[in-house]
Amino acid sequence: MIQTTEISKKYGKAEVLNIAALEIPTGQSFGLVGNNGAGKTTYFNILLDLIRPTSGAITNHDIVVSKSEEWKNFTGSFIDESFLIGYLTPEEYFDFIGDLRGMNKADVTSFLAQFDEFFNGEIIGKKKYLRDLSKGNQKKAGIAAAMMGNPQVVILDEPFANLDPTTQIRLKEIIKKLTENREITVLISSHDLTHVTEVCERIVVLDKGQVVKDIQTSTETLKELESYFAL
Amino acid sequence: MISHFLKLEWKQFFRSAAFGKSMGAKILIGFFAVYFILIFLGMGFGGFFAIKEMYPEKDPLVVVNSFLLFAITGDLIFRYLMQKLPVMNIKPLLLLPIKKKTIVNYVLVKSSFSFFNIMSLFFYIPFSVVLIKEGYDTNGVLGWLFLMILLVQSINFLNFLVNKNNIAFGFMIAILLGGFLVQRYEIFNLAGYVGQGFDFIYQNPIYSLVSIILLVVLYQLNYKQLRSQVYLDEAIAIKVKEANSSDLSWLNRFGDLAPFMKNDLRLITRNKRTKSSLFILIIGLLYGLFFYPQPLYADKEFLFAFVGIFSTGAFLINFGQFIPAWDSVYYNMLMSQNFKYERYLTSKFTLMCASVIILFVLGIPYVYFGWKILLVHFAAAIYNVGVNTHVIMYGGSFNRKRINLDEKAAFNYQGTGAVQWLIGIPLMVIPMGLFALLNWQIGFETATITLAVLGFIGIALHKKLMLVITKKYHASKYIMIHAFKQEN
Repeated sequence: MIQTTEISKKYGKAEVLNIAALEIPTGQSFGLVGNNGAGKTTYFNILLDLIRPTSGAITNHDIVVSKSEEWKNFTGSFIDESFLIGYLTPEEYFDFIGDLRGMNKADVTSFLAQFDEFFNGEIIGKKKYLRDLSKGNQKKAGIAAAMMGNPQVVILDEPFANLDPTTQIRLKEIIKKLTENREITVLISSHDLTHVTEVCERIVVLDKGQVVKDIQTSTETLKELESYFAL
Repeated sequence: MISHFLKLEWKQFFRSAAFGKSMGAKILIGFFAVYFILIFLGMGFGGFFAIKEMYPEKDPLVVVNSFLLFAITGDLIFRYLMQKLPVMNIKPLLLLPIKKKTIVNYVLVKSSFSFFNIMSLFFYIPFSVVLIKEGYDTNGVLGWLFLMILLVQSINFLNFLVNKNNIAFGFMIAILLGGFLVQRYEIFNLAGYVGQGFDFIYQNPIYSLVSIILLVVLYQLNYKQLRSQVYLDEAIAIKVKEANSSDLSWLNRFGDLAPFMKNDLRLITRNKRTKSSLFILIIGLLYGLFFYPQPLYADKEFLFAFVGIFSTGAFLINFGQFIPAWDSVYYNMLMSQNFKYERYLTSKFTLMCASVIILFVLGIPYVYFGWKILLVHFAAAIYNVGVNTHVIMYGGSFNRKRINLDEKAAFNYQGTGAVQWLIGIPLMVIPMGLFALLNWQIGFETATITLAVLGFIGIALHKKLMLVITKKYHASKYIMIHAFKQEN
């Protein structure tokens, strides 16, 4: 369970995030939607303890993220390309993350085997450094790495952007499978309303740092969201 | 059109995010430039008389001419290493209604005004003025000067043609070394023969016009080459190199440090910036050869300490000063992975220690210049392992500047801040000063032993020191994350 209490982030006088309370139960697939500058990435960055909130705290499975680092053991994430090490090949990168997550070489190989279809033969064995891959392929590598080491929480910022249609569909399947047993919490942000409504059982809309909508996904959700953003 | 380009460049210069930040570095480079200009001016005005004094029986112009071959090849080598084609950001211009011809000509003409071309004029012009003053034939001198100016321009364009070509580079080195050696051993005076050509121009200035043909031909060749590359997939495109996966599994013996050490080795071998600093290692290792062979320094023992610290610590200083900025590009990711900061830092520590030991071993031949040198180097190596590694890592926690790994190291001040200058004091000045003081007041043995003992103390306190350093890194975590995100 991820608990957010009274969190705010200010840069000077500008407040970019202000969430009074937000509770994400274990096993939920959670979608974060909002226009540019709504505070989605800021929220994820605070959740990952990459920036400090001005006030308040986020608790990830009973661990206050800014106090202890224990949450890192069960949290996998991919925010942007700065999460990749450009001068490594994808294989070396997976080995590196695997090492940090206590997986041996065989574990890594069998883990990657699940992603064969998702990678579509464009990641493994290409003899290319990550920095030389296309944006979409970089993203594929980053998303797969975020799921290494059996994380309890997976955080993906804009995972669908830059992916080709086939891969988008495959990613949706992967995410659905992750949350199937209701043990893994998945947090996703997206600009694409269709994708989030399809994957997430709950959608929160942020606007200027505030929670403006909190919806349990149903058949009407997409319409509701579209009419909200069509202003 | 040209004025548009100039305006763009002006804005690019003043609006770049790094403008304010790297002002210090720019001033430093400007300082060097002024320094060189002054030296050249001095040589230009004073050279004539200096040569006259040294070789009263020779004509100074002939003496200068006989050295021009070396000057020109040297210039070419210097440019080969330093000068880049002034590519403006062509990409956005390709879609606009600007003739490609204009773009290429602009880039090429702009290169004519590069500092590299102007610099040598600070010698040639005053030298010519002095020549005319001293009663040399005005037409002859002007013809000679004209030739020199056009030659400098030709070198400029020749450099772009041969750049990235290692064979041409080898050829230039061969001319320089070969020419020097055959002259030294009086086999054949290559430079003298070339010099006679310049003498001939002085006597028959009209022939200096031939250099126009040379320049035009080189310009045309450059134009053709560049014109064919103004496409997205040519010069502007980033070349993709095939990845070479080297097997680093031998590092696995380092246990949980292995992943980071593997990464660091890959970091060093696969990025331009780090690769070129490997050359600095060689310079560091050979640094003693500047001092030790000269009898002047033979009894200056405090120099042993300096060279010892520097040559065994060449890697430590170069690599260590930018911890953790080397990892700045993906620092976010590291900070959200589950590993202990200490592990990360210890792996860097281990790498630096290994480098000190390796460099010390490679430097053992210095014993040729006296056993005292080896002894001091040994003490310096221990000091480096025990003290300097910790000092430099502590200093690293003050690093606030991102490093882009794809850029060259020479004259690259990216990532450099006040830290890099300040850290030099405890790193180099303190051990050297301490050694010099003890050596002067008490004796050589005490000085050497003190250095080593300090090192051992550092090694003994390693665990404690690492705790302090780790704490410091933890405290600066958010500031570093924020700072490393800033692209320059």
